[in-house]
Amino acid sequence: MLRWLIGGGREPQGLAEKAALQTIGEDQSQNPYTELLVLKAHRDIVRFLLQLDDNRFASAGDDGIIIVWNAQTGEKLLELRGHTQKITAVIAFPSLDSREADSQLILTASADRTVCVWDCDTGRQIQRVSCFQSTVKCLTVLQGLDVWLSGGNDLGVWNRKLDLLCKTNHLSDTGISALVEIPRNCVVAAVGKELIIFRLVAPSEGLLEWDIIEVKRLLDHQDNILSLVNINDKSFITGSHVGELIIWDALDWTVQACERSFWNPSPQPDAQQEIKLCQKQNDISINHFTCDEENIFAAVGRGLYVYNLQLKHVIACQKTAHDSNVLHIDKLPNRQLISCSEDGSVRIWEVREKQQLAAEPVPTGFFNMWGFGRVNKQANQPVKKQQENGTTCSLELIGDLIGHSSSVEMFLYFEDHGLVTCSADHLIILWKNGERESGFRSIKLFQKLEEDGDLHPAV
Amino acid sequence: MISAPDVVAFTKEDEYEEEPYNEPALPEEYSVPLFPYASQGANPWSKLSGAKFSRDFILISEFSEQVGPQPLLTIPNDTKVFGTFDLNYFSLRIMSVDYQASFVGHPPGSAYPKLNFVEDSKVVLGDSKEGAFAYVHHLTLYDLEARGFVRPFCMAYISADQHKIMQQFQELSAEFSKASECLKMGNRKAFAGELEKKLKDLDYTRTVLHTETEIQKKANDKGFYTSQAIEKANELANVEKSIIEHQDLLRQIRSYPRQKMKIPDLHPGDMEHTQDQADQVSATSNPEESANADLYTCRPAYTPKLIKAKSTKCFDKKLKTLEELCDTEYFTQTLAQLSHIEHTFRGDLCYLLTRQIDRALRKQQHITNFLFEDFVEVDDRMEKQENLPSQPSQDRLPSRPVEECPIPKVLISVGSYKSSVESVLIKMEQELGDDEYKEVEATESSSFDPQENLDYLDMDMKGSISSGESIEVLGTEKSSSVLSKSDSQASLTVPLSPRVVRSKAVSHRTISEDSIEVLSTCPSEALIPDDFKASYPSAINEEETYAENEGGIRFQASVSPAELRETQEGSLENTPSQIDSSCCIGKESEGQLVPLPTPAYTLSDEDGVVSIPPQRYRQKDQGIHVDVMMENTDPSRDNSCEMFPAYELDPSCLLTSRDISKTSLDNYSDTTSHMSSVASTSSDRIPSAHSAGLSSERHKKRAGQNALKFIRQYPFAHPAIYSLLSGRTLVVLGEDETIVRKLVTALSIFVPSYGYYAKPVKHWISSPLHIMDFQKWKLIGLQRVASPASMGTLHTLSRYSRYTSILDLDSKTLRCPLYRGTLVPRLADHRTQIKRGSTYYLHVQSMLTQLCSKAFLYTFCHHLHLPAHSEETQEAVASRQTSFLKLNLGLMNEDIKVVQYLAELLKLHYMQESPGTTHPLLRFDYVPSFLYKI
Repeated sequence: MLRWLIGGGREPQGLAEKAALQTIGEDQSQNPYTELLVLKAHRDIVRFLLQLDDNRFASAGDDGIIIVWNAQTGEKLLELRGHTQKITAVIAFPSLDSREADSQLILTASADRTVCVWDCDTGRQIQRVSCFQSTVKCLTVLQGLDVWLSGGNDLGVWNRKLDLLCKTNHLSDTGISALVEIPRNCVVAAVGKELIIFRLVAPSEGLLEWDIIEVKRLLDHQDNILSLVNINDKSFITGSHVGELIIWDALDWTVQACERSFWNPSPQPDAQQEIKLCQKQNDISINHFTCDEENIFAAVGRGLYVYNLQLKHVIACQKTAHDSNVLHIDKLPNRQLISCSEDGSVRIWEVREKQQLAAEPVPTGFFNMWGFGRVNKQANQPVKKQQENGTTCSLELIGDLIGHSSSVEMFLYFEDHGLVTCSADHLIILWKNGERESGFRSIKLFQKLEEDGDLHPAV
Repeated sequence: MISAPDVVAFTKEDEYEEEPYNEPALPEEYSVPLFPYASQGANPWSKLSGAKFSRDFILISEFSEQVGPQPLLTIPNDTKVFGTFDLNYFSLRIMSVDYQASFVGHPPGSAYPKLNFVEDSKVVLGDSKEGAFAYVHHLTLYDLEARGFVRPFCMAYISADQHKIMQQFQELSAEFSKASECLKMGNRKAFAGELEKKLKDLDYTRTVLHTETEIQKKANDKGFYTSQAIEKANELANVEKSIIEHQDLLRQIRSYPRQKMKIPDLHPGDMEHTQDQADQVSATSNPEESANADLYTCRPAYTPKLIKAKSTKCFDKKLKTLEELCDTEYFTQTLAQLSHIEHTFRGDLCYLLTRQIDRALRKQQHITNFLFEDFVEVDDRMEKQENLPSQPSQDRLPSRPVEECPIPKVLISVGSYKSSVESVLIKMEQELGDDEYKEVEATESSSFDPQENLDYLDMDMKGSISSGESIEVLGTEKSSSVLSKSDSQASLTVPLSPRVVRSKAVSHRTISEDSIEVLSTCPSEALIPDDFKASYPSAINEEETYAENEGGIRFQASVSPAELRETQEGSLENTPSQIDSSCCIGKESEGQLVPLPTPAYTLSDEDGVVSIPPQRYRQKDQGIHVDVMMENTDPSRDNSCEMFPAYELDPSCLLTSRDISKTSLDNYSDTTSHMSSVASTSSDRIPSAHSAGLSSERHKKRAGQNALKFIRQYPFAHPAIYSLLSGRTLVVLGEDETIVRKLVTALSIFVPSYGYYAKPVKHWISSPLHIMDFQKWKLIGLQRVASPASMGTLHTLSRYSRYTSILDLDSKTLRCPLYRGTLVPRLADHRTQIKRGSTYYLHVQSMLTQLCSKAFLYTFCHHLHLPAHSEETQEAVASRQTSFLKLNLGLMNEDIKVVQYLAELLKLHYMQESPGTTHPLLRFDYVPSFLYKI
């Protein structure tokens, strides 16, 4: 069974399940993560990670426990217990007044139909609301109005003291899947295929009570909306289960751009027909977005796509970035993109400008989309000229992180401490830059020597 | 660490060739033949040459007042050990060199018989005819029925190797002192019991006599006494006198200076235990009767009987046996200590020496020790050292300088071997002496010239050659007596025999062909000739005339202030129990008779036999020793382990229960010092503890042997070992559990530890591996099952292939990164000449120690890790590190990674303030793996 080739660090053929996938082997000189720390405390799937400050993060998942960790040492700082069922949403609850600035609050919603406010410095449960009719699936805080919204089967508006200010009627049984704040005191809620715009009315001279008014319903999506993200003040984007990506104007709620062709990218007309046949629906669902000023990075099925906002088309893609659905992607400051997937791996990509005449091999994922007859990358790697009309950039795999044995739900990037991943295998892994950590440890070592007075012993 | 018995064995052979190694000019007819016992076996170590006994043993003899010297028992108690060796004859020899003329009976000017608290004397003697050399430890025990209340005994460590006795003299002396103290303490207890009984008898007799006298008085109206009445009155007077005498004796034995009751290091816990018992007893009962209560608990119904007032010194009476003379508990402890001694000093001298040097060196590397060493003993000893900062001579090893243990010399030739050993010995003593000089200068007693000591050594060589028929006293130790003067406050009055005179006497005697020759002595008043002795009676008779001192007893000894302070602390700590304690202070003793807790026993001498005041706290963190084996080589135990969830066995969890894991590590260590903790919990567990120690010795040997086999058998041993050293988990995959286990055990000698807990080695696992496993374990034995279930195992193995190297035992392949360094080839040379497992183990240890010191340098070099100035970039620092590793440490390619990994471990370990705060990290590299085949 275990047969390996003698030879330059290639993944053996015997382990061919990643054949259609771009693989990188073990020679990952650009991958900085050479040290890991497994944090084990959860007893069920860990779904949420939330950065609290530069050194701390909270994790939450299906076991209903929220744990606060030190991102540097991996030390478990607090364990917040109170929810009896799985946690469905976690959000930081920034305080407005400076008086409370030192205490870090978070809001958590759980399937036990409660929402709790926690103090992450003391581990105290500050408040708890349990008058929900349905599970709260999303939370958002409107800082400008100093209220927060809970989205379940209806939409509730709450003030800081956890008083219900107002709420909508029952919207749908599936409930609100995503909630985003847009300008002019509006929020967008994704309910099934629809996007509903609500406007919040704060009490004024004419009105004593808070109110929330449905302003508009947008019905452009063909299928359930899975992701909803703000790009900037002027626009937000939505992605649906069938691979529609729509960029909306945040002010007048019109479609700015629409991209429906992730499963059928125009640059490759040649192979399209057969590919489409075996394309599963799942493979084109837009699971997650992230964006910067220029680009939108979309996790579409198993692939990754980079959509340029100016050019209004996909400039780079990696159709089979993972073995399985990509669940979360994020853009790092250094032009790197990190994706995590149900296959349990985390991959680090770099967006590179394509040189015009480079005979650089196009990632095989492009051409090996067949569901049948998976072919090894090395076996038939076609060297293709880049497509002029399509992608002008490429996503280069520069490293992968293998540690989790089950789907990686989410990750969090710390500038100073590296990457935190959480997974369905109940673990959280802290990935660190080994060299940098080694340097830190040396510095600490000499600090300790200094403190102990061993550095300059009295003669 | 720095030892290679194989090599030493060769040099040792040559040693016979030039037995008189300081006498090249010896005429040929006197020279000892090359190896006279070659016919009995080629290897001189197969049998101790010339001796009639097969290996070293301990003999306890008595000079019986009825039958003369007689052997009592041997340890081990096995006739095979001493074979045809004439114990009776040897007992005669060893008992006849007791210089301890114990003065008993009525000293002039004293009304009552006095007990002498006689110090033990320690001599070395040899019988070249018998081929036996012995360290002889004389002691006296008290017996109410014996002449002068004392019975002389001796314990002798008998070996065929003269050098062993000579060079291990201090160690032997220290160990035997412990045994002797224990025995004597038990004896005092028993003696006090005897006295109590005797007093009751006398009391009863007095009452009876008194009644009779009264009756006679009443019956006698005539006004004159009958001869019968006079006789009765005389008898009554005798009884009265006897009672007073015995009460006095009882008081003396109970007021035995508490400070002198050096609690043997080996049994502190136990002693504490017994003391606690005593304390409990005294707490429950009237303190005045505590002694009685303690002594009579076992036989509460003692009925006094009528006895004769005059002591019965009849020769037809059967004397008490040694066992009867001593309290049972103490007696068993003594036997345990003796068998411990036997175990400790078993084996070849060079082995003992290297082990000692090894330990001394290891102690100097306490920062890096945890990586590869058997740390338990080091740890224990370090604790000891910390507790005894002002008593360096307590254990001579720590102060032995490294540079005087020349490693290469040992391997070169006989001469250098010898000289190096000698120089070690002497210089060590010199240094110790230096340490002591300041302290003992005032007493001037033990200042001695190291050169003189060298002469002693020479002399003993001469003696052993010239006299064929004799027993030579090769050396005695200055008995570490408490030199106390009853009449003076000044401490300068403790005299010693003039050195020069004595050494003259010594050399004079060396020439003689008489049966007993004192070849050399350490400065010792035990060996003072009688004429000297007469002028310094107090030197030996340390008995105290406490009644004369108004303030109580003052034991004078000159000590350094620091020492004084510590001793006072130590004794103050013990003061309460001291007062309560039953056998020390009798009910008759008034407040003024209570011995002050003055520093009486810290007098240091060059022998390193310094009694320590009882230190209860030393054992505190060893108190609980749960017999839980977390992970070890024993399959059955390992199985029991696997009943726990894997996570429970996480080494980081073990941190919190270090004691437990420490216990588990017994199996890996040959430590004997650790026995103390085991012994402290219950004395009857000592045999098992010993066997554990032995099995660990065997374990090492076997591990070394199997590692050797692995290196010879597999051409890809180097990359595999590199994986282990660089912290990449090596998975040993195989179907056969025993083979896998064996190999895992063998390879575990290359695995660096995370800290002072179990090595990160998992001997056998059959479930699929997990990422946590690579964080926890660095060497894993994995079961290959020929079933679909194994697919999962293999799948995870390939998934996590970047964290592992995989050694497939069934197909004989290894998948791991390339190794191009130079370190491992030296560590694991498949053409090595080393044949024995234990030798190879030591070779590995020495190589790894060298590696550790490199890692230490790298870790703790300030300039390597911190920027020299604020503008310096990380790259500059990194290049400085690289050049240091390459140029200064001479490391090549992948060797750098090994040192870097060890450095990380060192950092983590050093910074770990409290156990459990840091988690083990998994460090890895993105490097391609290769497949190696045979």
